[in-house]
Amino acid sequence: MMPLAARAWAVALAVPALLLPWYGQESLLAALRAGDAMPLAMVAWARPWLLPLLAVPLVALAASWRDAPRLLVAVSLAGLAWLCLESLAITHRGWAWAWIGGLLGAAPTQPALGWGALGYALACTMLAAAGLARRGWCRGDMFVLGAILLILGAILIFVFWPVMTVLISAVRDNDGAFAPVLFWEKFSDRSIWGLECLSDARSCGAAWNTLFLAVLVGVLSTLLGLAFALVALRTGLPLKGPIRLLSLLPIITPPFVIGLALIIMFGRAGFITSFLYQTFDIPRSRWLYGWPGVAIAQLLAFTPIAFLVLVGVLQAVAPSLEEAAGTLRAGRWHIFRTITWPLIRPGLANAFLIGFIESMADFGNPLMLGGSFNVLSTDIFFAVVGAAHDQGRAAILGIVLLAFTMAAFTSQRLWVGTRSYTTVTGKGDGGVPPPLPLGLRAACYATVLPWLALTVVVYGIILGGGFVVSVGRDHTPTLKYFLTAFSIDRGVGGWFLSGSAWSSFLTTMQLSVIAMPLTAALGLLTAWLLARQEFRGRGAFEFLTMMSFAIPGTVIGISYILAFNTPPVELTGTGTILVLAFMFRNMPVGIRAGIASLAQIDKSLDEASLTLGARSGRTFRLVILPILRPAIIAAMVYSFVRAVTAVSAVIFLTTAQYQLATVYIVGRAEIGEYGIALAYSAVLIVVMVAALIAIRALVGEQRIGRRQADTGAVPIGLSAS
Amino acid sequence: MTEPAVTFRAVTKRYGRVTAVDDVSFDIAPASLVTLLGPSGCGKTTTLRLIAGLEHASAGRIGIGGADVTTLSAADRDVSMVFQSYALFPHMTVMENACYGLRASGLTRAQAEARAADKLRLVGLTGFERRLPSELSGGQQQRVAVARAIVLEPQVLLFDEPLSNLDAKLRRRVRDEIRALQQDLHLTVVYVTHDQEEALAVSDRIIVMSQARIAQDGTPRELYEAPASRFVADFIGNANLLPVTLRHDDATMGTATLGALAVALPHRNLPAGPALLAVRPHAVRLSATGDGLAGKVAHAAYLGGHMEYGVELPGIEDELFAIATDIAQPLRAGQDVRVRFDPGGVAVVRAEEE
Repeated sequence: MMPLAARAWAVALAVPALLLPWYGQESLLAALRAGDAMPLAMVAWARPWLLPLLAVPLVALAASWRDAPRLLVAVSLAGLAWLCLESLAITHRGWAWAWIGGLLGAAPTQPALGWGALGYALACTMLAAAGLARRGWCRGDMFVLGAILLILGAILIFVFWPVMTVLISAVRDNDGAFAPVLFWEKFSDRSIWGLECLSDARSCGAAWNTLFLAVLVGVLSTLLGLAFALVALRTGLPLKGPIRLLSLLPIITPPFVIGLALIIMFGRAGFITSFLYQTFDIPRSRWLYGWPGVAIAQLLAFTPIAFLVLVGVLQAVAPSLEEAAGTLRAGRWHIFRTITWPLIRPGLANAFLIGFIESMADFGNPLMLGGSFNVLSTDIFFAVVGAAHDQGRAAILGIVLLAFTMAAFTSQRLWVGTRSYTTVTGKGDGGVPPPLPLGLRAACYATVLPWLALTVVVYGIILGGGFVVSVGRDHTPTLKYFLTAFSIDRGVGGWFLSGSAWSSFLTTMQLSVIAMPLTAALGLLTAWLLARQEFRGRGAFEFLTMMSFAIPGTVIGISYILAFNTPPVELTGTGTILVLAFMFRNMPVGIRAGIASLAQIDKSLDEASLTLGARSGRTFRLVILPILRPAIIAAMVYSFVRAVTAVSAVIFLTTAQYQLATVYIVGRAEIGEYGIALAYSAVLIVVMVAALIAIRALVGEQRIGRRQADTGAVPIGLSAS
Repeated sequence: MTEPAVTFRAVTKRYGRVTAVDDVSFDIAPASLVTLLGPSGCGKTTTLRLIAGLEHASAGRIGIGGADVTTLSAADRDVSMVFQSYALFPHMTVMENACYGLRASGLTRAQAEARAADKLRLVGLTGFERRLPSELSGGQQQRVAVARAIVLEPQVLLFDEPLSNLDAKLRRRVRDEIRALQQDLHLTVVYVTHDQEEALAVSDRIIVMSQARIAQDGTPRELYEAPASRFVADFIGNANLLPVTLRHDDATMGTATLGALAVALPHRNLPAGPALLAVRPHAVRLSATGDGLAGKVAHAAYLGGHMEYGVELPGIEDELFAIATDIAQPLRAGQDVRVRFDPGGVAVVRAEEE
C-alpha cells in the first residue's frame, strides 16, 4: 500500500492549484481576503500552456490511491519540469528565446510566479519523493528523499541558477543581445589584467591586485596565526585567555569597521600620523590608502580565523610524538623541524587558503582603504552602481573572482582535505609538549606582542570611539553621536524613534532574526543528510552545498540582482531576497558545525531509533536535534552574526525600504561621519553579544555528556563485518 | 509446517565493487535462536542489517513473517535490534528509552510506560527508570537496550555482538540471560558474533559465514562434529588440520592414515585419497612412551585448570596445538613425545577449499 504521506501530498497538491494565487501578488493574505486570488485553476483557461499543470494533481491522486509509484514519480517530475520550462520560456515580455516565436507565433506574456506556484512545486517535489521512496530509493525513506530533493531544488534555484545567470549575462550586452566579441573586449580589458605597475607608477589590473593581496594576506595571516597559536599553546605566557577572547571579536565586528579604525589612526589626518608629524617631523602621507592599508585591515580581520584553525591543528598533534622524538635524542629545533612542522603542514595550507578566499571576498576594507588600488570585489560594485552601469562588466569581474575562489576552494577540498595526519582518537595522551626552541619563541613573542597591542588599540577605538568627541585628540566623553543615531523623542503622537539609525537597525534585526532559524535549519538538515545518509550523487550534492561558501558576497549580490529582477522569480526590492541571500550565504557554517557534531555521535543511535519504528523525520527531531544542541547554537549564532555584519552581498540588494545597518554605517563613514559610524558599530557589537548569550540561554545547555563516544562504541560503518 | 520468521532468497549486497553479501539464502524458524558466525568482514553484520532494513539488498528478496519486506524501510519492519554499542539515547532516561518505540507507534505515554515497566522488570531494572544511560554500568546499559528492543514484541529480535562491550565475567551471565529470555518469551532471535564459543553456547542453529557467503549452516553439534570445510573446522573449535590419506572401509566408516598413525572414523562420503584430518586440541593425547607419532614438545604453558602444548611433528609445518587436563605430571618443553588422537574429537574434511 502507498504510504499515507503520498496520498496526503497528492491532496495537498490540489490546494495551491485551486486556492492560492498562481502569480505573484503583493500580499498573500490581502489577496485571499479580497477573494481575488487567481489560482491555477482560474488563470489556466486564459493561458492554455498552464493546462497540463492542472492535469498533474488528478493523475497524482489516482496514482497514489492505486499504488503506482512509477506513475507518481513520472507525473510529479513532469509537472515540475513543465513548470520550469513554461515559466522560463514565457516571460513578462513574451518569449524568452526569439526562435520559439518563429515556431509558435505571437508572444504571450505572464507575470512572476507566486505562492500558488511555490506550493505547487513543493507538493510535486514531495510526491516525487514519496514515489521514489516506495520504489525503495534511499532505503525507502521518504523524509530523506524529500529533504534531499527540497534542498537540491533550493540550491539549484538560489545558488546555481544565479551563478549561471551571471555567466550568461557576461556574454550579453546591456540590452540582452548575444555579444561574444564584447565579452572578449571586456574580459581582456587592461583594467582587469594590466601589468603596468611593474614598469611604471600606474596601477595594475584588478585581477592581479586581488591575487597579490590574497596571497600576501594568506601567507601573513597564516604565519601570524601560527605565532599566536604557538604562544597560546606552547609557552608559559598567560596569554591564552586574552588571545582567545580577542580571536572572537572579529567575528562579531562588521568587517569594514577595522578599516575605519585604521583611518582614524594612520590616515592623513589620523592621530598617530599627526603625532609623528608634530613630534618627529615625519611628513603626512596617504600610504594607508592602497594595498598596505587593505592588507593590514584584512590581517586584523582574518588572523583570528587562521589562529582558530591552527590551534585546532596544533592541539591534535599528540605530544607523545614529540616526546618520542625527544627520547630518540632529537633537540628542540630538530623536533620542531622534523615532527611538529610536517604534522601541521596540512593545517597551514588550510589556513592559507581560508585567508586567501576571505581576502578575495572582502569588500568593506578595500572600499574604505583601497584608494586607487582596485580589487575585483569593489570593482564589481562600482561597475553596477557607478556612472557606467555596465552589468556585463560586473558579471565578467564576478566570473574572474569566482574562478579564483573556486580554484582555491577546490584545491582545499581535493588536496588539503585528503592530507591530514592528525586524527583525534579520543584516547587521552598523557604527554607534555616540549618547550619551543629559543629562537622560535623569541620570534613568536616579537610578532605576537606588538600585534596584540595594535589589535587592542583598534578595538578600543571601535568600541569607545563613538563615545568621545574625537579619538586621539579630544577624549571628552559625549553621547552626541549615539543620540544622533539612536535618540527617542516625544512628539505629538507620543514617543517615536527619531534617531537616524533606527530604521536600518530595526530592519537588520528583523531580517537577521528571520534568517537565523531558517539558515540553521537548512544547514543542519543538509549536514545530517551529508553525514548520515548514503545516496547516489552525494559527492556532487556536497560540492553544491559547500560551493556557496566559496562564492564571494559581491558575486552573490550581483547574481541575485541579475537572476531575481525579472520573472519567473521576481524578488528584488523585497525583504525576502535579503533573507534568502543570508540563508544561502551562511548555510555552510551550519553545515560544518552540524557535520562536526554528527561525527561525534554514534551512527547506531539513528539506526536504533529506526528499528524501533520511528521514521527518519521523527528520529531527526527526537534523537538527533537534542544531541545537536551545541551545533544548533553555533549555527544560529553564526547565521545571526553574519547576517548582521554582512556588507558585500547585501549592498546590492538593499533599498530605501530595506536599508541595513552595515550599509548605513558604510555610508556614514564615506562622508567622514566617523563618530556616528563607530557608535553604531559599538551598538551592533553589544547587541550581537547579547544575542549570543540569549540564544545560548534559549536553546539550553546540553543535558548529557559525550558518554556515547567513550564507551568504546565501534561505529557500524559499511565495512564492519 | 509453520511460516519461517525470516527468509533470504539469493540476497546480494554490493557497495560499489565490494560484495558484502553474495547470493545468500536461508530460512529462520520462529522461536529459534540463530547465530550468524564468522570472522570480521565476512558479511554477517551486513546480513543482520539487511534483515533490520538498515541496508537494502542489491538483489534478491527478503521476507519477514511471510511478507516481502525487501523495499520496506527499517521503521516499517516488525523487527528490533540490540546494537553493539547499545545505542541508548543519551538525552533520555531509561524509561524514555524503553518507551521510545511504543511512543513512535502511537501509544499514549501512560500505555507506553505501563508496557515498558513490565519489560524493565523482566530484565531486572525496576527502580532505574529515571536514570540517564550515562548513570548506569555497562551491564545495565545492555539490559536497557534489550528491554527497549523487546518492548515492541517484534517478530524478530536482532542482536549485533551484544556482549563485546562487557567484561569476560559478565559476558557468560548475560549470554545465559539472553538465551533464557529467548526461550521464555518464544522469541525469534538472530544473533551476530565472531566468538565461536558464544555461538555454540546460545544457538539452536549456526550459520557460519566466510567471504560474503554461507560456509555452513547447521546445529552447533553438526558444525563441531562434521565441519563441511577446512574453514569451518578451523574457525569452530580451533581444530588442528593434518594432511591424511582417507580409505573407505564400509558404507559409513573409513580410516585416515598419517604416517604410522591410523584413525578409524566416519568418512562422511568424502572421496578416498588425500584429505584433511581436523583434530580438536583436547583430542590430542600426548604420552612420554607408547605408540603413536613421534613428536617433540616445542613449548608448554600452565593455565591453572589445564596445560597447553605446542608439539612439533616431523614433516608438518604447523605446530600441533594440544590441551591436556593432566596438570600433575606436565611434559616439559624439548621432551620427545608420542602423539595419538581420541576418535571422539576428530573428523575428516575435504582437502581443497572449493
